[in-house]
Amino acid sequence: MVNRNNPGQTLLQVKRLEHSFTIGEEYVQALRGVSFEVKTGEVTAIVGPSGCGKSTLLYLLGLLDRPDKGEILLDNKSVSQASDQVRTELRNKNLGFIFQFHFLIKELTACENVSMPLFKAGIQRKEANKRARSVLTKLGLGNKAERFANKLSGGEQQRVAIARAMINSPSLLLADEPTGNLDSENSRKVFQLLLQFAREESTAVILVTHNPEIAEKCDQILRMKDGQIVRD
Amino acid sequence: MSLTFYLALRYVFARKRAMLMSLFGIIFGISFFVITQAQTSGFQEYFIKTILGTNGAIRISDRFQNMDETVSKISQDGKIKFKFQNREGAKYIKGIDYPDKIRNALTAFPSVNGISEVFEDNAILQTKSRSQSIQLHGIKISDHLLVSDLKEQVTHGSISNFLRDNMGIIIGSRIAERVNLKVNDRVNIVGKLENFQLRVSGIFESGVSDIDKKRCYISLPTARSLSGTRFGGSIFQVGIATPEKAPQIAAQIQETIGHRSVSWQEREKVWLDVFKALRVSSAITVSSILLLSGLGMFNVFAIMGIEKTRDISILRSIGFTRADISSVFLWQGIIVLFFGIIGGIICGLLGTFIVSKIPMQIRGIFKSDTFVVNWDFTHYGWAILIASLFVGLATWIPARRAAKVEPAKIIRETL
Repeated sequence: MVNRNNPGQTLLQVKRLEHSFTIGEEYVQALRGVSFEVKTGEVTAIVGPSGCGKSTLLYLLGLLDRPDKGEILLDNKSVSQASDQVRTELRNKNLGFIFQFHFLIKELTACENVSMPLFKAGIQRKEANKRARSVLTKLGLGNKAERFANKLSGGEQQRVAIARAMINSPSLLLADEPTGNLDSENSRKVFQLLLQFAREESTAVILVTHNPEIAEKCDQILRMKDGQIVRD
Repeated sequence: MSLTFYLALRYVFARKRAMLMSLFGIIFGISFFVITQAQTSGFQEYFIKTILGTNGAIRISDRFQNMDETVSKISQDGKIKFKFQNREGAKYIKGIDYPDKIRNALTAFPSVNGISEVFEDNAILQTKSRSQSIQLHGIKISDHLLVSDLKEQVTHGSISNFLRDNMGIIIGSRIAERVNLKVNDRVNIVGKLENFQLRVSGIFESGVSDIDKKRCYISLPTARSLSGTRFGGSIFQVGIATPEKAPQIAAQIQETIGHRSVSWQEREKVWLDVFKALRVSSAITVSSILLLSGLGMFNVFAIMGIEKTRDISILRSIGFTRADISSVFLWQGIIVLFFGIIGGIICGLLGTFIVSKIPMQIRGIFKSDTFVVNWDFTHYGWAILIASLFVGLATWIPARRAAKVEPAKIIRETL
C-alpha cells in the first residue's frame, strides 16, 4: 500500500484541513486550514500551546476521526474520506499511534499488548509473541515481557506503548506527547528510540511535544496557534 | 483461538467476582427451570400413563342412528362438501350394537394395537358384614390386558387366578379396604337381574381414587348375566401405538363407524389443562430468575462498556473494527453463558435426581410413593434457549454501544 522504499520522498500531504467538535455545549473550531507535508524517514515535531489543535490534528492523521474539510493524502492516496474498512486496515498496517498516557490494556501482559497489532494483522500468536519480545528486548524490557501492563513503571509502560506502535513497522508513526509524563532521562531515551526508528525503518514520525529541546532535534517543526500552523 | 475471543477471555477472568455472580445466576436459573419442569411434567406424564393404563387411549361408546340425512353432496374426491341433518327423532343406541363388525372395522386402523369390549353396569357388593355399591366392568381379560396396565396394577392375587376362575372378581383396593376383603374371599354381587357369589381373584390399585373405590372387573359373560343384557350395551376400550395422536385417530374412528369415540385428551381435558397451567406458571416464575441474571449481566457489561472506552479506543487505533469490538463483548457473554449452561445442566441433572428420591405418598389421580420426575431433555433445551435469549440481549445491547464509541472523542475527553 504505502511505499517506503524511497527515503526522503513525500509520504504525507495535509491540505487545508479543518475540523470542529463540541465538548458538552461548547463548540470548538480546532483546526482552521492546516496544510503541510511529511517525508519518509523524517521526524516532525508539532508544538504549540494547549488547546491549539495539536492532538486533534494527530487524531485526524491517525484516521481516528474525519476532518470537516480538507484532505489527507498518504502516499498520494486520499484517506480522509476513505471507507471505514480501508481506514481500519491502514491503522493496523501502516500507522502506529503512541498516546500521551501510554494507554495499555491492563488485562494483558507487556508482550501481549505489543503483539496485539500483529495478531490483528493475522500473524500467528507464537510468531507475534516472538517478534514482540524481540522489540521489547530492543527497548530494554526483555525481562518484563510477561508482566501485566499495570505492574510496570510509567517509563516502562510508555516504552511498551512505543513497542506496540513500532511492531508493525508502520510507514507513519504518530506520537501524542510521548515524553509528557516522563523524567528528562526517560524523555531523552524515548526520543532517541523514535529517531532511531525513523532512520532505520524510513518511517515518518510526527510527534506532538511541549519539550523545546526535543522539538529542536527534529527534522521539521510545525508551530500551531488557534488551529493554524503559524510557522514551520 | 480468535483474537477477540482471546481478549474476551482475559476480560472475563479479570472480572472474576462480577462474572461469577452472573454465572451463578445462569446456573441457578437453568437448573431450577429444569427441576421444576421435570417435576410438573413428571406428574403430568405419570397421570397420562395412569389414565392410559386404566381407561385406554380411546373409548368408543353410543351412537345416534343416522336415519335423517336428507341432502348431501359428495365431491369427486369423495369428501362430503355439505350436508343437511336433522337429529330430531333419531334413534339413540346405547353402547355398541354390532361388536364383531366394529372390531373388524377397528382392526383396519394400523395404529390400533388392542381392542377390549367392556360391559359397564352398577351393582352391589355384599359381604357378611357390609355392602357397597360398585361399578362392574365385564371384560375379556386377554383383550383387556392389551389396552390397560391392569396386570401391573394388581397388588394382591394375580391375573392368572382370574383367568382360571370364571366366577372370579378383581376389586379396587379402596373397596377391599372398606369392606375388609382379601384374595380368595367370597363376595355376593347383586346385579339388576341376577345375584352371584364370586371369589376375589385379585385386588388392584390404579392410584385413581374414583376407580379404586368403585371399580371391579369380572368376566364379560358374568357381567351380562348379572345385568340380564345378552347383547349390546358394551363399549370398546382401544389401545393405540401413538397415544399422542389419539384425537385424530378417534375422529377418524367416529367418522368411519358412527359411534362416539373419545380420546384420552378429550376425556381428561380438565386435568391436562391444570398441568399445563402449572407448567407454564412454573416456567414463567423460574424464567424470572434467568431474567434477573440477565439484568445483572447487562449491568456488568454496561459498566464495562463505560469503563473500557479507553481500551476500545486503543483497540480501534491498532486496527480493530467496530464488529471486532462488539465481538469482544459478545464473546464474554458467550463464555459466561457456556459455563452457565454446563453448570446448569449438571446441577439440573443432580437436582432432578435428588428430587426423584424424595419420599412422598401420592394417591388420588395417580399412585406414587416418591416425587415423580420426567427426564425430558427438551426441558434442558428450553432452559438453554431462555438463558441464551436473556444473556444474548444483556450482552448485545452493551456490545452495540461499545462498537459505537468514537476513539478520538474518548481520547480527547480522557486527557
